[in-house]
Amino acid sequence: MSRTLQAPVTVAFDYTRSVGPVLERFLAGLRDATFVGGRTSDGRVVVPPPEFDPLTHEPTVDFEFLPSTGTVASWTWVSEPVAGQPLDHPFAFALVTLDGADTPLLHAVDVASPDQMSTGMRVAARWSDERVGAITDVVFVPEGTALPEPRRELGQEPIGRLITPVKLDYVYAASAEESAFYRGLAEGRLLGQRCPACGKVYVPPRSACPVDGVPTSEEVEVSDTGTVTTFCIVNVPFLGQRITPPYVSAYVLLDGADIALMHLILDVPAEEVRMGMRVKAVWKPRDEWGTTIENISHFAPTGEPDADYETYKHHL
Amino acid sequence: MRDVAIVGFAQRQLKDYDGSPTCAELLVPILADCYEQTGWTRRDIGFWCSGSSDYLAGRSFSFVSAIDAIGVLPPVNESHVEMDAAWALYEAWLKIQTGEVDTALVFGFGKSSAGVLRRTLALQLDPYTMTPLWPDTVSLAALQARAGIDAGVWDEKAMAEVVDRSMTDAESNANAIRKGGSSVADLLAKPMFADPLRKHDCAPVTDGAAAIVLAADDKARDVRDRPAWITGLSHNIDSIYLGMRDLTVSPSASRAMEAAGGADGVEIAELHAPFSHQELVLQEALGLSSDTRISPSGGALSGNPMFAGGAIRIGEAAQRIWDGSADKVLGHATSGPALQQNLVCVMEAK
Repeated sequence: MSRTLQAPVTVAFDYTRSVGPVLERFLAGLRDATFVGGRTSDGRVVVPPPEFDPLTHEPTVDFEFLPSTGTVASWTWVSEPVAGQPLDHPFAFALVTLDGADTPLLHAVDVASPDQMSTGMRVAARWSDERVGAITDVVFVPEGTALPEPRRELGQEPIGRLITPVKLDYVYAASAEESAFYRGLAEGRLLGQRCPACGKVYVPPRSACPVDGVPTSEEVEVSDTGTVTTFCIVNVPFLGQRITPPYVSAYVLLDGADIALMHLILDVPAEEVRMGMRVKAVWKPRDEWGTTIENISHFAPTGEPDADYETYKHHL
Repeated sequence: MRDVAIVGFAQRQLKDYDGSPTCAELLVPILADCYEQTGWTRRDIGFWCSGSSDYLAGRSFSFVSAIDAIGVLPPVNESHVEMDAAWALYEAWLKIQTGEVDTALVFGFGKSSAGVLRRTLALQLDPYTMTPLWPDTVSLAALQARAGIDAGVWDEKAMAEVVDRSMTDAESNANAIRKGGSSVADLLAKPMFADPLRKHDCAPVTDGAAAIVLAADDKARDVRDRPAWITGLSHNIDSIYLGMRDLTVSPSASRAMEAAGGADGVEIAELHAPFSHQELVLQEALGLSSDTRISPSGGALSGNPMFAGGAIRIGEAAQRIWDGSADKVLGHATSGPALQQNLVCVMEAK
């Protein structure tokens, strides 16, 4: 058995950014299958145009249209491309100095092998048919490659905003202590750990007591019955919601624990849930259990008298 | 200005850490080591500052969970930078200079192996014109390496010499995760990974954490006979656009070094050069003489935990003051693509 539980996790988000007046010119140019550079105060033509001049820090206002051809100033071979790169087969990243520009642009060159790459080689832009006004609308190929004339559509709306999807894949590991907690759940047990300094029992256990900064080493099994210390009634629908609002999300202080656990309170009208209410875990059928807190479907009232405020006032 | 010294340092480097990306588990023994070195408890630390990034392992607010390792009742004076802990050290040094505190502990941590590191780092680039291409860190460094080769500033043999010396030095570094010298000929016979970089030219993906303890004036003298007094500390930055830079030089490293008082008399320099050719860029940019011993720890090529690797260079250099093997040392840290940002920390015995 591995020391910790691990699982794949994907974090993804489409970032939407306004582009501003300078990048608008550059990105709208790409959509029109044209490179637009900016002239800086020292007379250089820079692609992409900097939003502000590197010397005077004034906004860039002087733009130049540039041809779709250029020279490789430096290059490397991407032998193992990663997700999201312009090409999914091995290719070159290069610094390409467009004809008429003074500084190079970072981009990809589509060739079959590094033998076809060299510093000083001539390249030309291969424009996508479906261009959106993004740096990904183009890749470079050796000059002389037969390329169709890109289709251009004049009089389009300004770009205004750029959407950049970001998707990152991870293998997420639980800590050794969290792993013990989840493995306990797979056996229908709730495991915490006690801090050797303050004696507090953490459920789920943490790698160190946040009060004392020492590892919590002693394993403690706690009850699946506890007290609602605080709660909220969820009235707002959101993406991925599994229960129809209104419903109650609450902190449950399990008997034997010092830190409350967040879970759902169901089988009772939302307006009847209250601080001090005694609740018990409602477990899913055993054959549905895994190493997850979802083995507990929710908590439901036990019918016992409410706990006295004094018993949980230090656990809010 | 107050006299501030480095008086504590602990680190841990791993190839493949199997624990939680909050790294509290790694930090607890590292902080305990710092307490032991100083004779202090956590309550003797006036200011805490950490360096980390949630993007590295996909865990939100990992820097909040990491402070579990401190223990925060009563509450602590704490800050965080989304930078290598070397920049956390800079913030802590400033905090001590304000007179508000006399002591500080800075730490950095990261689990680079949780994702595809060279891809994750594309998120530090310009989000409009660079990140959508997902230019990986290794490719960007390779563009820099070729620029220097084409310009005749260095060659593959000089890069291999850096690797061979680093791997030989790393043999005596218990924390190194990659070590073992061979020969320049053997290294040059290895296949290309990101032409003109071979895998050994690139720092290994490394998980880990490190902590450094700072103290002012008598607080430092109480801890060590030979505190590593910080006599120069500065950082500087170049353009994020590779096209706007001459990649064969590092103006930001030069400016930082000048602001820190120059490299005259530096006996040992621990350089944060995650790619072999970058050591050659830095040696020139920092104005290091041929007498200066470079990265006797084996440097970043022997292990480079993100968000701690720069601070480790500073800690390694400070140790050479403590143990009396040098009277003036340099610790350097870098961040961003192809040496975009550079921090230098000059330390001296007094």
